[in-house]
Amino acid sequence: MTATTQAPAETSTPTAARGVEMLTMAQALNRALRDSMAQDESVLVFGEDVGPLGGVFRITDGLTAEFGEQRCFDTPLAEAGIMGFAVGLAMNGMRPVVEMQFDAFAYPAFEQVVSHVAKLRNRTRGALSAPIVIRIPYAGGIGGVEHHCDSSEAYYAHTPGLHVVSPSTPADAYTLLRAAIASPDPVVFLEPKKLYWAKGEVDLDAPAEEIGTARVVREGTDATLIAYGPSVPTALEAAEVAATEGRSLQVVDIRSIVPFDDETVCAAVRSTGRAVVVAEASGFASVASEIAARVTERCFHHLAAPVRRVTGFDIPYPPPKLEHFQLPSVDRILDTVDELNWEDA
Amino acid sequence: MQRGVESLLPSEEPVQHLGADGRLTPLGESAKPDDEALLEGYAALVAARRLNDQAYALVRQGRLAVYPSSHGQEACQVAASLVLGRRDWLFPTYRDSAAVVARGVDPVEVLVLLKGDWHAGYDPREHQVAPQATPLATQLLHAVGVAHAATLRGEDTVVMALCGDGATSEGDFHEALNFAAVFKCPVVFFVQNNEYAISVPLARQSVAPSLAHKGIGYGIPGERVDGNDLAALLSVLGDAVTRARDGEGPQLVEAHTYRMQAHTNADDATRYRNDADVQAWVHRDPLTRVETYLRERGLLDDAKAADLAEAAEVVAARVRDGLNTDVEPDHRTLFDHVYARRTPQLEEQAALVADELSRETATEEAR
Repeated sequence: MTATTQAPAETSTPTAARGVEMLTMAQALNRALRDSMAQDESVLVFGEDVGPLGGVFRITDGLTAEFGEQRCFDTPLAEAGIMGFAVGLAMNGMRPVVEMQFDAFAYPAFEQVVSHVAKLRNRTRGALSAPIVIRIPYAGGIGGVEHHCDSSEAYYAHTPGLHVVSPSTPADAYTLLRAAIASPDPVVFLEPKKLYWAKGEVDLDAPAEEIGTARVVREGTDATLIAYGPSVPTALEAAEVAATEGRSLQVVDIRSIVPFDDETVCAAVRSTGRAVVVAEASGFASVASEIAARVTERCFHHLAAPVRRVTGFDIPYPPPKLEHFQLPSVDRILDTVDELNWEDA
Repeated sequence: MQRGVESLLPSEEPVQHLGADGRLTPLGESAKPDDEALLEGYAALVAARRLNDQAYALVRQGRLAVYPSSHGQEACQVAASLVLGRRDWLFPTYRDSAAVVARGVDPVEVLVLLKGDWHAGYDPREHQVAPQATPLATQLLHAVGVAHAATLRGEDTVVMALCGDGATSEGDFHEALNFAAVFKCPVVFFVQNNEYAISVPLARQSVAPSLAHKGIGYGIPGERVDGNDLAALLSVLGDAVTRARDGEGPQLVEAHTYRMQAHTNADDATRYRNDADVQAWVHRDPLTRVETYLRERGLLDDAKAADLAEAAEVVAARVRDGLNTDVEPDHRTLFDHVYARRTPQLEEQAALVADELSRETATEEAR
């Protein structure tokens, strides 16, 4: 394979410090792909328009030029085909990283994901595995037309055998994608579209981590906001506003929906006694519902109020001029926080 | 590179080397079947037929939950495996147990799926045989991926991907052929057209001139072959494997055969087809014609036939023994292979089952 000779020199000197860079999430994801491809020649990146174009969001920009068209390539326009092809490549020693162009365009691949990607290890009792990363530009808030703004995480989170993660910062985008590609199991990697151009510091020397941990991203004492992916910045903004009104809100970034970090989330909720889950997806039978149920079961005696959810309505994602009604807003979060039985405090 | 349509077209009639009467056709005369290969194939046919009938009987005895038999399709089963080399891969469906066994996998392990102990009973890596696929046509894409990975590494692996006539209606069939063609993957797509998808006849799947013609739309050469003629199958599939190995890309082969028994034991075939239709295929049995041919050539006599039958019987006995032995499945396997490492949630759930079991044991001991 051509990649062998094209691996950048940095792979031979992994200790060379590269420092902290200010990157957009899109750039951080691109760096993660490049670094993983350079480190492991079995990593293949493919999908629709990911080759010379660099993907419709430019996440794969420059990869074909750097690693050759055997390592980063366009496929026929067929999502089930892409996913089934990835399963076979994984069965035969490769680490495919596939891009589903948009959240709602991934549905044709659903059977391959549920029946094969998620189950290959289990049905063969560990003889075979499917270390595939399924990258999905995900969720709304960008004024996209229909079929471009779905929050589809619950479908994947409900499927045993898949890991499901969503970063909210460029730094997490980098480390989580590196971790996803290194994972021995399939990872659905949900990239919040509206955060692609948000900038942040990325420590390119950050130690490798495993998927599965949440993080307290803002300390607070009165109530805990639990969010992931695109909803984390909104939750942080709500906490900022609440602080000016004299209320101290803690914010937990879930980061990994599956596996779920009960320990961190529950410790956080127990410390405040109140919790609101914030997510863009429709609320019924959602990840937010699962989090609310888990927290209630595990923290019941520490709770001063029922765990509340601020989610999208149970409607198809609205057209651009109406989407602000669907997205959890700072006001809606703060209104909900106001209802957490403060009179009993 | 565009190929002319003419080069992609299957033959006018299914390729036949041995007629139903066991005589060589004119095409067979010129092809000169290899005696040794046919004799080896016949031994595998006898074993495959015995396996099918044994498994069918084990369902009636309640030892297997169900068995989708390939009775009548054994020539396809055997040929699909015999044309492969050790480094090649086979991608079978649930009806291809006999093909999996012909590739060397232990039949007792093959039947674990239908016994209910676990899903895939064998290690796919040992003989390069993928787990038998139940969701139709999905495995064809996996076959293309396996082939492409081999090509990227410069290996000369060929992948034999099996499916039935019904599966050609699935989207994954089309996507697999298209991917294989675009990436020029060494895959032989082998369709066993046995005329029925459970109860639905071929006419409701397709009005194409033949299923082999479907290759044209993808730029893949198609061929059709008498699926009850082992000699023709070994020749057509063997050539397809050779061309794939030589870098000519994927090919589509359709075998015309017939499912002599119901879809599974749970099916009632009398609701959708006449006994007369089935009887018409008895005369085209894949074993009879090879046996007739080999006996006329002096390559098979009663003593040799008895040896083959006995060898098949030994395997059948082992299958019976294997399936009559109850092994208590380990409950820990419920949680062990969902991920490389159990999640904290699965640890909790595994502990719950262990706790239930320990309390059951305690209750029993207290009695």
